Amino acid sequence: MAMHTETIALRSSEGLRAGRLPRLIDLWVAAGAIAVSLIVFAGFGHVDYVGGWLVLGAILYLVAIGLLSAIVEGRRKATDRIVRGLVTVAFLLAIIPLVSTLWTVIANGITTLTPDFVFGAEQQHYDRETGETTITPGVGPAIVGTLIITGIAAVISIPIGLLTAVWLTEYALPANPVRRVVTFLVDVMTGIPSIVAGLFAFALFTLVKGPGAFSGFSAAIALCVLMIPTMVRSSEEMIKLVPLELREASYALGVTKWRTILKVVLRTSIAGLVTGAVLAIARVIGETAPIYIAAGYTRTQFNADPGEGAMSTLAVVSYRNYVDPDPTHPEVTQAEAWGAALLLIILVIVLNLIARFVAARFAPKARR
Amino acid sequence: MTATPAAAKPGRAPRNAGGPAGLRAQHASKAGDRVFLGLSSGAAWLILVILAGVAVFLIVKAAPAIAANWSDDAGLQDTTSGFTLGYENFWQYVGPLLFGTIWASFLALLMGAPVAIGIALFISHYAPRRLSGVLGYLVDLLAAVPSVVFGLWGIVVIRPFLGPLNEFLNTYLGWIPLFGGSVAQGGSTLLAGAIVLAVMILPIITSIGREIFLQTPSLHEEAALALGATKWEMIRLAVFPYARSGIISAVLLGLGRALGETMAVAMIVSPKLIVSFELLTNDNPATIASNIANKFGGANEMQADALIATGLCLFVVSFAVNFLARAIVGRSSRPGRLRRVKSPSAKAA
Repeated sequence: MAMHTETIALRSSEGLRAGRLPRLIDLWVAAGAIAVSLIVFAGFGHVDYVGGWLVLGAILYLVAIGLLSAIVEGRRKATDRIVRGLVTVAFLLAIIPLVSTLWTVIANGITTLTPDFVFGAEQQHYDRETGETTITPGVGPAIVGTLIITGIAAVISIPIGLLTAVWLTEYALPANPVRRVVTFLVDVMTGIPSIVAGLFAFALFTLVKGPGAFSGFSAAIALCVLMIPTMVRSSEEMIKLVPLELREASYALGVTKWRTILKVVLRTSIAGLVTGAVLAIARVIGETAPIYIAAGYTRTQFNADPGEGAMSTLAVVSYRNYVDPDPTHPEVTQAEAWGAALLLIILVIVLNLIARFVAARFAPKARR
Repeated sequence: MTATPAAAKPGRAPRNAGGPAGLRAQHASKAGDRVFLGLSSGAAWLILVILAGVAVFLIVKAAPAIAANWSDDAGLQDTTSGFTLGYENFWQYVGPLLFGTIWASFLALLMGAPVAIGIALFISHYAPRRLSGVLGYLVDLLAAVPSVVFGLWGIVVIRPFLGPLNEFLNTYLGWIPLFGGSVAQGGSTLLAGAIVLAVMILPIITSIGREIFLQTPSLHEEAALALGATKWEMIRLAVFPYARSGIISAVLLGLGRALGETMAVAMIVSPKLIVSFELLTNDNPATIASNIANKFGGANEMQADALIATGLCLFVVSFAVNFLARAIVGRSSRPGRLRRVKSPSAKAA
């Protein structure tokens, strides 16, 4: 800490007597900066370029507050204010894409979202009187595919992840080399690119079943590779939170280890475990690339058999239908893409809300 | 199962009572213990097997394409889906792709990492305490948005948004090679892709950074403030030196995410197999992941193997990056931390 003192001492020569800007100066300067930047953009006739004037406004704000503060309060305070501004701008920069993506998907997808769209497949209607054929969008098959693939992945991954977490926290001693290796590799595994997981499943199934082995099950295996590590990590964190005293009390009563784990450790951490599992599902349900690689893609075909044949999910339908729309009716397929994206977002948000609800509602009460 | 609850009773009633029931309970518990241990350690080993399996199956499938003589392989020189046409060997094919992957990720990191660290600082040290949880959750929500949604968003929002900026950069700063070339009219530029990638890596860097910033010993922070440091000076003197290794690994993890991200690039950027540093044109270097996504559907068997081989390269690169990141975290979380805290600040002063 000696070095720190020195640095401060050198700089404090600017003195204690320096002036201070009024308290709400930030807001005033920010408003001024936005106003000036609006005027500038209006001058060029680009008021609708919202992002442009926001960015210019932010820069103007930083410059103005820096200058003002440097004149009135001195250089150190000025730097402090500029950093505060920069950090706030950084945060807003992250919120803009969040709001913007949600808004874009809702605005583009909301009109397509009808019961027929959600539960039915893409259909052709022939009107006898006018002789016209209309095509209505539908993503029913993709929803079935999403549920089947994610369901299988969850059924495989959750027990494996949970048991591994139990082994890491309850059985393996900290010095156990296997434990160290597993912990480390699980961490590294969380960073496996999703498309590589898809290629793995594809390679596995082509080598076992022969070429062209697209299937829902193959996609589920790909998702498992992505889901297991997240599941292990979250369960491990949760189990570690269980106080040692609870286990010791259980052992002292003569309860065997496995029953202690089941009835005390897992029972206590159940809320956290469920939250982790739901979040892990939410993470993989929106995966596109691995499913497209491993399960292929069908635009209209309904396939509920995970063992055989191409299977679509919402994410893949959204991707393929937007990038490569059916040339005979591009509007319908692109509408499907937006509708599928909106459904996917809704699914993910619902899962996140469930996770939060479970975490808050079923968390064990520490003290009665 | 039926006899075991007796064993849980206080005072070890079953054992004192003796008899066959108590013995059976003991036996069942022992067996239960053994089964449970077997299951859980089996799951742990299974994870190692899966990871090894990923590597092995990719290698087995990729080997033919890597070993093949590309110029006279019928599958690879197939003219109907000719994306592997004209390459002499695998390395010639994967070279530009590797370049594109690293270049796009680097750009994303360049834009994303400072912002992410700023957000982490905002949440941990600037935002009101009571709000910080909610704000952190908002940023985490960004991680929950599916990548395909980011892809769509990039196409309909970011591309048009960057249009005027592209023109501006090209006209006035076109002499810098980065902004040179002819501007892509549709906006399918690498800049657009990299910006979306940057948004996508924000949450991972932010969440780790936030955790680490919050772990700074409050004594260090209070000491700095007591000496009259402004908030920023306190952060520079107490928080950053403490968090250095954590931030490095957070950034590396962000890099790992960017390397493997598929959809943002595949949907937004118009790719070619070239080495080019220009950000605003229609001719952008493809990344490994986006190339696989774009070409896999129409590939014949040998071409699929070639794509898997490129995927293997991606696996190796991202594994190495993640390995490095985790190794840095692992080393810094061991004791002996105090020494590590002092040395960087001494250098800074």
